[in-house]
Amino acid sequence: MLTYTLRRLTFAIPTLLFIALIIFLLLELAPGDPMAQVPLTVPAEVKEQMRQALGLGQPWYIRFWLWLKQFFWIEPQVFIDWLTNESAWFSWLPNTDLYQPCGPGADRLTCDSRAISWQTRSPIMEIVWQRMPQTLTVVGLSYVVGILIAIPIGILSAYKQYSVFDQAGTFITMVGYSIPPFFSGVLVIVIFSVNMPEGSFWRFPSIYDTTHRVVDWDSFVFQVRQMVLPVMVLALQTTAQISRFMRAAMLDNLGQDYVRTARAKGLSEWVVVNVHVLRNSMIPVVTVIALGVPGIFGGAIITEQIFKVNGIGQLLITAIQANDLPMVQTLAFIIGVLIVTFNLLADVLYGLLDPRIRYD
Amino acid sequence: MTETDPVAAGAVNPTLVDKVPEAPPRSQWADVWRQFRSHKGALFGACFFLFIIFAVFVGPLIWTLDPEYSFIRERNTRHIFACTSLPWGEVWSCFTNPAESGLKVSWAHPLGTDATGKDILARMLTGGQTSIAVGLTAMLLALLLGTLVGVLAGFFRVLDGILMRLTDLFLALPVLPLLLVMVTLFQQSLKNMFGTEQGIFILIVVAIGVTSWMPTARIVRGDVLAIKEREFVLAARSIGTRNAALILRHILPNIMSPIMVSATLGIANAIITESALSFLGLGFPPDFPTWGRLLNDGVQYLQQFPERVIWPGMAISLVVLSINYMGDGLRDALDPRIRGR
Repeated sequence: MLTYTLRRLTFAIPTLLFIALIIFLLLELAPGDPMAQVPLTVPAEVKEQMRQALGLGQPWYIRFWLWLKQFFWIEPQVFIDWLTNESAWFSWLPNTDLYQPCGPGADRLTCDSRAISWQTRSPIMEIVWQRMPQTLTVVGLSYVVGILIAIPIGILSAYKQYSVFDQAGTFITMVGYSIPPFFSGVLVIVIFSVNMPEGSFWRFPSIYDTTHRVVDWDSFVFQVRQMVLPVMVLALQTTAQISRFMRAAMLDNLGQDYVRTARAKGLSEWVVVNVHVLRNSMIPVVTVIALGVPGIFGGAIITEQIFKVNGIGQLLITAIQANDLPMVQTLAFIIGVLIVTFNLLADVLYGLLDPRIRYD
Repeated sequence: MTETDPVAAGAVNPTLVDKVPEAPPRSQWADVWRQFRSHKGALFGACFFLFIIFAVFVGPLIWTLDPEYSFIRERNTRHIFACTSLPWGEVWSCFTNPAESGLKVSWAHPLGTDATGKDILARMLTGGQTSIAVGLTAMLLALLLGTLVGVLAGFFRVLDGILMRLTDLFLALPVLPLLLVMVTLFQQSLKNMFGTEQGIFILIVVAIGVTSWMPTARIVRGDVLAIKEREFVLAARSIGTRNAALILRHILPNIMSPIMVSATLGIANAIITESALSFLGLGFPPDFPTWGRLLNDGVQYLQQFPERVIWPGMAISLVVLSINYMGDGLRDALDPRIRGR
């Protein structure tokens, strides 16, 4: 198991580098000059100095190296400093001071500077850190809700194959699979906040208020209500995908000999289905669940746009519109890191659950 | 000399006569068609998809209003079905004589007009042309790339490792952010090179194509690996067939079924991706409607005119649904294990 995990881990490193390189080169090869907006009255040598200050003077491979260093070396230092100095859980540790920012006259190539957003002139990771909780609560909750709905549907429609429930379930998952989030999102807004009469229980807010703080029961209820629509939209997609996989996996296993054996030795139907068959069917489904996480972040970009959630998806869109290249680079890479991490997790989980994979 | 049936004449024991096939043998594709026809959802999906293709490409010849012309007096016309919101007795008279119903509806614009008075039905038809054209071309590009990589990786052992690692790497790319970045950054230079419409069309098709070939490549490689070991390939090689002919004549026809299934799913995927880009305002420009773009334009008027969102959204969802059903049926029909039953 350890060698298997290590082998997977060593493949993850070149993958990450490849993703970083693709993102970096894409932005590098793009026509368009970050200095294009600077007025023509600015003299050429001043422009050159501004270029140097943005770090655009060096050849691309040096800047690529510096970017990787910022991401994998400097930001962790800042994070550790924050953990030991300010965070609630680890502030009992001795305070560290790893990160030494650039002095005024320092050489950009050798000193440590954090990646700075061109829009706000503040460190990118701090903005990402502020936006992350909104995305994670909405996306994470919707994923959990989707899985909790999908698994029973998948089990039941496989157990009662070709029944009315199965046919209806297949049709609904097919529809859920086909309606793209940008339409289902708008549709639920039309149904639940435009056409619903004022004061009805079923009227939900269509705009997500991120400044809302939960202090008492009423504000908690409001928080739940404003999360209903975005979670519903994202969960619809998750449910559609996972319940199809669940049904197929259950069907594969229900016809196996060990199921007949379990029935023959007198186990109750509940135990046969929900212990024997379910556990074996979960092997492929767990992988699908882990592999679906990055996709749900892609869906979150659109959902956040519809419901005005200011998470990282919305941050990416505004950064693209504002031509804030460092921010775009970092956000795309963060999503890439998420994909690689969850791929790795899926592989390891698969190995853990299915011994045949490990010795391949 | 007249020919008599030896069995009827009693000369031969009837059980000893070989059974002669009653019907002429069916070809493989006739079999596939029989199986496909038996899947009601798939048949319905295929009919609907063909109908939509027919409607968007022939429709503008029948519904000849210019999608870019502003009927400025008739702007913000509701769709004709808004008549049903009237009291029960007035609905029929509203349908027959919409001008005197008190609502701003008219048969001249059955789906209504937008805020600048452009006819929504005409825009839906031209928008559908673009959306479906993008879907088909991007699918073809992805299919071509995927099949090329898959066949090369499966056929030539030397290339297998490196090409499959490349596929894995591409599968790990964050697709939607990269697409957004590609479209924004390269828009201007392609516009200058090919003109506004062609430029953005090429950009979106290429962007979707190069980020969606990986599943096809994997499936094709697996099938090529299996077929390469079969006797007929060995036979073809033994009579001196070269690699190119071997691939084109003997291997490609045998892997048509997975390619066709991934083609149908590729169209759906490309249509959704294009609509998502246009929906985020980073796809086609506003004067060049696609379904996603129309949906994006409609979101601002969601409160008063929900139909402006419903029409394009329904069009996208129904097309994708019909394609998914078609793919489902095609998968069953092309799988010989299922077809035999």
